Amino acid sequence: MIDVLYFAWVRERIGVPRERIETQAATVMELITELKAREERYEWAFGDLASLRVAVDQELSGFEASLSGVRELAFFPPMTGG
Amino acid sequence: MQVSVQAEPFDLGALSNAFAAKVAGAGAVVTFTGLVRDNGGALAAMEIEHYPGMTEKAIAGMMHEAKARWSLVDALVVHRYGRLAGGEPIMMVATAARHRANAFAAAEFLMDYLKSRAPFWKKELSADGAEWVAARDEDEAALKRW
Repeated sequence: MIDVLYFAWVRERIGVPRERIETQAATVMELITELKAREERYEWAFGDLASLRVAVDQELSGFEASLSGVRELAFFPPMTGG
Repeated sequence: MQVSVQAEPFDLGALSNAFAAKVAGAGAVVTFTGLVRDNGGALAAMEIEHYPGMTEKAIAGMMHEAKARWSLVDALVVHRYGRLAGGEPIMMVATAARHRANAFAAAEFLMDYLKSRAPFWKKELSADGAEWVAARDEDEAALKRW
């Protein structure tokens, strides 16, 4: 089980700020592919990878990152701080 | 070094004075403050969302790097979240160094990194509706100079 968090318009498209997901996916990309196949709202949120960022255990990561031992994932758009 | 991610307004003057009062050995203090642009009166409010936990860690990481690269005596970052009105201060950075060049450079470095690498997202609310602020290519490109 992985805690998956969503922020900004990714959260709005998925409809919840966080959820626990049961998956056998080995990488972030595999999980994205799996979720997109599950429900349309994931397709809507993850359709354009160029405008999607991921943090693995609160560290900004690439989509190829392994999910082995990971407790928390977060998906969000490019950040707009400052 | 101190990071504060908070909903409450902050007192720029009080924080700047308190910061400058405890930077023994420094010859320069630089402060920067970001305000909510009101887009010529069109902005009703700005909502800022962040990622509690990651936000503090990401900012602390930037500050450690800045401290090492520019031999900072101290640094401070305050960043707000929640609903803000036009003209309100969003965030501030303060850096202290022996000489001003390092204090300025470190403050600019921190600003560039806060824009694109601290997990905040801004939404602008106006009479026309609500819109997420898109990240700008220039902001991402600005990281390359460091």
